[in-house]
Amino acid sequence: MTEYVQIAETVTPLQGAIHRLEAQFAGAVRRDDREGFSGVIVDSGRLVEVATFARDTLGFSYLSSATAVDYLGKAEGDPLEMVYHTYNLQGGPALVLKARTPRSEATLPSLVGVWPGANFQEREAWDLMGIRFEGHPNLTRILMWEGFNGHPLRKDWHEAYYEEDTKPFDSRWPEGRVSRAEEHNPYGRNVKYPADFALDGYESLAEKALYDAAPMGVHVTDMATDRVVVSMGPQHPSTHGVFRMIATLDGETIVGLEPVMGYLHRNHDKIGERNTFLHNMPFTDRLDYFCSMSNNHGYALAVEQLMALGKRYEPPTYRAEAIRVLMVELTRILNHLVAIGFLLNDLGAYFTPLMYAIIERELILDFFEATSGSRMMCNYMRFGGVAYDLPQRIEGTAALVNDRVRDFDTMHYLRDLINDRLPRAIDQTNDLLTTNEIITNRCIGVGVLTREDAIACSAAGPVLRASGVPYDVRRAEPYSIYPDLEFDVAVRYHGDIYDRYLIRLDEMRQSIRILKQILPILEETKGQPFFAGRGGQYNPRIPAGEAYGRAENPKGELGYYVVSDGGQNPWRYHVRAPSFINLTALEQMCKGHKVADVVAILGSIDIVLGEVDR
Amino acid sequence: MYGSGIVRGLGVTLRHFLNTYLEDIRWGFRRHVPDEAFPLRQGLETRGIFTVEYPEEKIATPERFRFIPFLVVENYDHPERPGHDWCTSCGICAKACPPQCIWIVRGTNPETGRPVPEPDEFYIDIDLCMNCGFCAEFCPFDAIKMDHDYELASYDRTTAHVFDKQRLSKEFRYWQSIAPTRAVEEAEARGGWEHKDVLKQREKEARAQARASGGEGEG
Repeated sequence: MTEYVQIAETVTPLQGAIHRLEAQFAGAVRRDDREGFSGVIVDSGRLVEVATFARDTLGFSYLSSATAVDYLGKAEGDPLEMVYHTYNLQGGPALVLKARTPRSEATLPSLVGVWPGANFQEREAWDLMGIRFEGHPNLTRILMWEGFNGHPLRKDWHEAYYEEDTKPFDSRWPEGRVSRAEEHNPYGRNVKYPADFALDGYESLAEKALYDAAPMGVHVTDMATDRVVVSMGPQHPSTHGVFRMIATLDGETIVGLEPVMGYLHRNHDKIGERNTFLHNMPFTDRLDYFCSMSNNHGYALAVEQLMALGKRYEPPTYRAEAIRVLMVELTRILNHLVAIGFLLNDLGAYFTPLMYAIIERELILDFFEATSGSRMMCNYMRFGGVAYDLPQRIEGTAALVNDRVRDFDTMHYLRDLINDRLPRAIDQTNDLLTTNEIITNRCIGVGVLTREDAIACSAAGPVLRASGVPYDVRRAEPYSIYPDLEFDVAVRYHGDIYDRYLIRLDEMRQSIRILKQILPILEETKGQPFFAGRGGQYNPRIPAGEAYGRAENPKGELGYYVVSDGGQNPWRYHVRAPSFINLTALEQMCKGHKVADVVAILGSIDIVLGEVDR
Repeated sequence: MYGSGIVRGLGVTLRHFLNTYLEDIRWGFRRHVPDEAFPLRQGLETRGIFTVEYPEEKIATPERFRFIPFLVVENYDHPERPGHDWCTSCGICAKACPPQCIWIVRGTNPETGRPVPEPDEFYIDIDLCMNCGFCAEFCPFDAIKMDHDYELASYDRTTAHVFDKQRLSKEFRYWQSIAPTRAVEEAEARGGWEHKDVLKQREKEARAQARASGGEGEG
């Protein structure tokens, strides 16, 4: 007689949540049962209800990413699909909600009412994918201008220099028909406008806002202040790049602020879909160009998740993980040092704090250069490990006239850097700035973002944690070897500029703590492989499926949503850029303050336009 | 006390200011002259002013530094095949290139029309090149390498920036000079200083010879 032993099926909180969703919305919610996919597909008519239930009852209160995918030729009816990744702030994996809409007349209900953080992301989905969101407060293009023809992320849209759908292009080898793309489609003839668009008399929406709000005639008799609209940027040193803010002032007080972006837009997502999986690695360097190492890491995590769906998957070796964490935490320190430096620039301490930060940054970049070959565009991580082991020595080779050579032992250099130089630099920043009365006067109580608003607006990283939410992806959904490492999630509670400054100091100290634990691991694992599986593969096989790889970047949660159809190229490649989404809360932070404070508030969010505009 | 924070901060800047002069005095006002001062000025020991006076002095780039690729060719005084391409026009670099800036015309034998292992033409549009280093990383023949020469400014982008084979080619000796340890590692992996194909050919000949001499012995 055979005895069957019933093994109690353990239900994870996520599975429990999905069960409850199915019970509550029978018929309107079904599981996404495609192989390699997860989450639930929601009937678009009841999306708002389901989202509200997920937020309020199931506790998935944090919307991390909302993006659209075009399944042209991949699913019945060629639908567009909106994908929402929602998280519980207690930690744990995502509850993924999906909603489908036909590509002609693509319409979905807006979720801005449920998660205000969906605001910019839905505008982006409208702009790039052409999904209309009903009930969205301001559904206009966000990255492109109004005279742009079509929605570029749709699979049937072709760019001006279109050559083929996917790389590698056939013209490169073996015939090698060399040409410059601009010769095929010269300037002046390479732009198309929408049918109903007249270039003559065109006035951008941002410009129009300026003139609409401006008073047509001044009433001197009554002494009430008039509303004035001020355009700051895009060419303005305080905007950290080509970023523009349209501020409406009542007297000197900000009553409304509209961020305008897209000046640096290059459609990173579309480039990513043309590329092969590996091709994207160096492109991620160019997102947040201060933190290329951590950008690499996030993308490697996403693609490794996809590879893990396949049969023969080898996770990165322990040494590879240790090297990755070393790189990423050094990046965090250099980013925060520079962020504080720029914040002080914005506050008027012209360049002295920034230059002190840059000295330390240079020393870290020297190490990056010796290891990866480049100071900023590191392109260092691969699927399954890293590109090279740490070098024996950080040593120059004289190749040019007047070259001066330096030569340091790598481990010795790292030990000195981590145990001595960087802690000293952090203390120095603290001495220089923390108690400075000008800074405290200008920062304390300015630009407050409350805990509730921070969560609702999907703020991430230091901005979220300075508002009293101890949410850190390294702890909430651990990756790499972070579970083995000892560190605390820094948190501050006032949500003002000063706390966003202090939290960066705290985070740097925690990074030093992590790095001190990494050093002995590097010594122990010396000589062990830094790459899992077969090296030298420029075109690894990636199984079909979806993955959302997220990493705690210095600027916030960086997420890569990658969909593979089993081919050489990602079917969909989306970047959840922390700088972009953190700007959602900018208006809220600025209201009631003066123009000079706006500059400081923007500095305290720490944005990089390479990542905002993508 | 109000203002003490500012004074404390000023103390930090004063320290930086004084350190610059103290360092100068320590080096007898020759801080920028001797070679051994450079690593101290541009290393973890640095104090005070932290600048490199380009172009009078430049930081030598590390071995792994990568800038626009170049093609390795046999040394021009090579006894057997001077100036011969190491490239076999297999096309892997062109496929691995993310911005697709490499064009290769595969070599063919004009008589038979069959491919031969050397490129007829090789172009790199250096305006497109993003210096990622994939071509060098995935080249199975060590034939394309990343250069260290970053001083490439020119006056005309339309004609001067598509590098052809001649402009791209550099002697193997040059690669040994800019990347001494990696050149050794690669040679060890190949089994000799020569190109993979040359080594294979030699091995084949040696074996044939051994067989021939062995056959004689038997007979």
